[in-house]
Amino acid sequence: MLIVTCIKQVPDTTQVKIDPETGTLIREGVPSIINPFDAHALEESLRLKEKYGFRVLALSMGPPSTEMTLRKALAVGADDAILLSDRAFGGADTLATSMVLAEAIRKISAQEEVALVICGKQTIDGDTAQVGPGIATRLGYSQLTSVDRVDEIDMRRKRITVRCKFEGRYEILESSLPAMVAVLREINRPRYPTVPLRIISQEAELKVWDNRSMQLSEDKIGLKGSATAVRRIFSPDREKGQILAGDEVNDPDQAARRLIEVLVSKNLISVQ
Amino acid sequence: MSSQVLLFSALFAIAVGFFLLSCYLRFSLVTIGKPDNRFNELGQRFSNMLLYAFGQKRVVTRSYLFGLNHAVFFWCFLILLIANTEFLLHGLFPASVSLSLLPDILYFTLTFIFDIVSFFALVAVLIALGRRLFVPPKYIDARTYDAFVILGLVATLMLAFFTLHGSEIALGEERAALYMPVSAFMGNFILARLPGGTLTALVTAAWWVHAVALLGFLDYLPYSKHMHILTSIPNCFFKSLEKVNTQPREEFHKGSAYGVGRVDQFRWKDLFDSFSCTECGRCNDNCPATRSGKSLNPRLVIHNIKENLLHNGRQIGKGLEPALPLIGTCREGCVTETDLWECTTCGACMEVCPVFIEHVPKIVGMRRNLVEMKSTFPGEVQSLFENMENRSNPWGIIPAERGKWVTETDVPPFEKNQTECLFYVGCTGAFDTRNKRNTLALTNIFNNAGISWGVLGKEEKCCGDSLRRLGNEYVFEQMAKENAALFQDLGVKKIVTQCPHCYNTLKNDYRQFGLNLDVSHYSEFILDLIKAGKIKLKASAGLGRVVYHDSCYLGRYNGVYDQPRELIKLSSGHTPLEMERHRQRSFCCGAGGGHMWMEENADTRINMERVRQALQQKPDTICVCCPYCVTMIEDGLTDLKVTDNIAVLDLSEVIQRALV
Ligand code: SF4
Ligand code: SF4
Repeated sequence: MLIVTCIKQVPDTTQVKIDPETGTLIREGVPSIINPFDAHALEESLRLKEKYGFRVLALSMGPPSTEMTLRKALAVGADDAILLSDRAFGGADTLATSMVLAEAIRKISAQEEVALVICGKQTIDGDTAQVGPGIATRLGYSQLTSVDRVDEIDMRRKRITVRCKFEGRYEILESSLPAMVAVLREINRPRYPTVPLRIISQEAELKVWDNRSMQLSEDKIGLKGSATAVRRIFSPDREKGQILAGDEVNDPDQAARRLIEVLVSKNLISVQ
Repeated sequence: MSSQVLLFSALFAIAVGFFLLSCYLRFSLVTIGKPDNRFNELGQRFSNMLLYAFGQKRVVTRSYLFGLNHAVFFWCFLILLIANTEFLLHGLFPASVSLSLLPDILYFTLTFIFDIVSFFALVAVLIALGRRLFVPPKYIDARTYDAFVILGLVATLMLAFFTLHGSEIALGEERAALYMPVSAFMGNFILARLPGGTLTALVTAAWWVHAVALLGFLDYLPYSKHMHILTSIPNCFFKSLEKVNTQPREEFHKGSAYGVGRVDQFRWKDLFDSFSCTECGRCNDNCPATRSGKSLNPRLVIHNIKENLLHNGRQIGKGLEPALPLIGTCREGCVTETDLWECTTCGACMEVCPVFIEHVPKIVGMRRNLVEMKSTFPGEVQSLFENMENRSNPWGIIPAERGKWVTETDVPPFEKNQTECLFYVGCTGAFDTRNKRNTLALTNIFNNAGISWGVLGKEEKCCGDSLRRLGNEYVFEQMAKENAALFQDLGVKKIVTQCPHCYNTLKNDYRQFGLNLDVSHYSEFILDLIKAGKIKLKASAGLGRVVYHDSCYLGRYNGVYDQPRELIKLSSGHTPLEMERHRQRSFCCGAGGGHMWMEENADTRINMERVRQALQQKPDTICVCCPYCVTMIEDGLTDLKVTDNIAVLDLSEVIQRALV
């Protein structure tokens, strides 16, 4: 039985700047990383693999350079990786993306029974949290979102119990398999790769599926299949920050006193 | 052949056979280790052996005056080796081998020497016994069964020697009586009153006691800590010819194992080291981890490697899996993970070890196994590893920020084919607010000297020191290769560093990656500039009493002790004060070996201990020469809640104040 972990390669957004003129992201020279939420999804998949004996397949849609991120998934212990890459998939919003991913999973499940699809709750570049639910809806899987703990999988009855964390409350949910689980970052701490696995992952053969093998209608994928488009990206104007300098900042007591003074003078806090 | 000779011959054959077999069984275990060339430069090796083994240079030191007793033992032992060889051969061939067959002059000289030397040996034994019984030092297991057996055996040998010769003198059978003062004293004053028959019996009895004690000693040797009698001389011969300031590279192939997780993954010399430990405990006495109450004890690390080898060696030799894990929690024969992570790689243990055991490469080798094969390490280390790999600095700050300090002051960029010297700032110097002050001081000094220098700004990358010491050789290698390519690309030939860790890494580690750079630490570099007349300093007052703290990676690792002291003198007008532990015996600040980035949970922190040592000198200024030390000493003062106004200054700041 298989766990499919969906992974997205994203630009390291802490290093991305916005071009004020064109209103687009300047991506040149910005390193790509695995979407941090997805790293937790992968870790959870690997833990379930160790506990219940699943196989883990890492699935990603993206340009050919996404290979690097999939190799990282292999380096921590994913058994297989498939890259969905085709110019026709490009420019997709969450609707078109979940379409391609769902179809790929459908294709995968024809070969091997899929028990779980595990996704990160959201990506750090899109922040929509829609792709996981989109996949589940298309495949008719139950969806468990905002999961911060997987309690149990009953392999015989094919059921999973998880804990979901919502504002001000937890919910313990039980559902049938197959299911889509979208995890929060606090669910686990991703492992560090061992060297033997790193070396194997460097040489492993990656499966790349393009649209010739997927055979999806061009109207449903990529830019054409997208329901939304980004018009402009911009940073809101904000007052310039101020750095408190001087010798006193090395002394915590004095530094705190100084900070309070400044905050009070700006009417941000009041001291009674 | 008399029955006595027959009996002795049989005993001799059994004892020597047993000894040789024991040696074979033990020493053959060393061959399961990995290759390591310790047979080059034979001339140098012989002279090391003469100096350190026969000269006992590291045994007798000012801090270890007791070592003198050992030197006496050692030399007595060597001289008596001749006497005892004669004793054994005479026992086997009484008619043909005997000193007494020598011409008078030779015979008298030798008997005189043996008599006196035996007396010295007896005194040395008594002193050693007294020390172990009445004033046992903290750093050794003074009252072990092993120690008392050996001291007892040596004492027995000496007493038997004097009884034997004393009785012969009392019987009037010794022609060298006049030349054997101690035996003669025994014979003429103590034994003389005994009847002749008793004396004859005593001669025989003493001879047999001597014979049995001698053969017993021989057979016991390979099973005791006194195995070092056999191994320490060769260990001085095999000692590293260079300072042990780097660790060997690893080769990364598919299917290999990395680091040392089994005793046969050590190099053979590491295994031989474990057989050479004298259990003198000096490593513990100088280990900052041991001294600050951690569980790490470098002597036991070596001891446990030996125990593990003895336990598993034969099995591994047969191609079987070892029964005892090397890294684990068993009481004897395992090194614990905690111990491995507690080492600051300060090198104090290696500096004092009289037989040149190399602790740090072993510890780092085992760390490599934990990191590279098992991915187990203290939790906080993971973010360090990820930050280093992804952003080339320990904090995970955006790499572009590295060049920010450059925009705040007047710094020339390094230009290919134009700039002569690269100032390699290092992560702490570029990112850390406190240590940027040192960077700016150096910038000032270099500008003042009017030399051709420049920095890489945001193109600079971390050198990877902490990764290598923490055992993450795989990522270290990636970083080293990237840096090597960068330096080669820019035609960098000469580098000056701020941080002793960068200094050691660029200078010693990177040689393994084909880089032969002229690397200097700023203390060397600036002193040269002063000598060349390019910088002038005027001693300025205001620093008060200055105490200097040696950074491990500058001092012990690279022998830079004098330059910082000289610069302090030129800048302040006074020779700096010394802490009790200084120069070779300096005490780590607690940041090396990756510890800058690790938590130190135990009650006493190493940096607090070092600050306490500094406070004994009642300083106004603690001068250090490393950004890690700056942080650790400042934090130590804060943790100890020292309210006196004590400044912690980097040497660069001290020099800057004195610029003319
Ligand atoms: S290197 Fe320093 S910390 Fe490590 S064992 Fe030796 S003395 Fe102790
Ligand atoms: S390792 Fe060296 S310093 Fe430590 S106890 Fe053994 S011989 Fe002495």
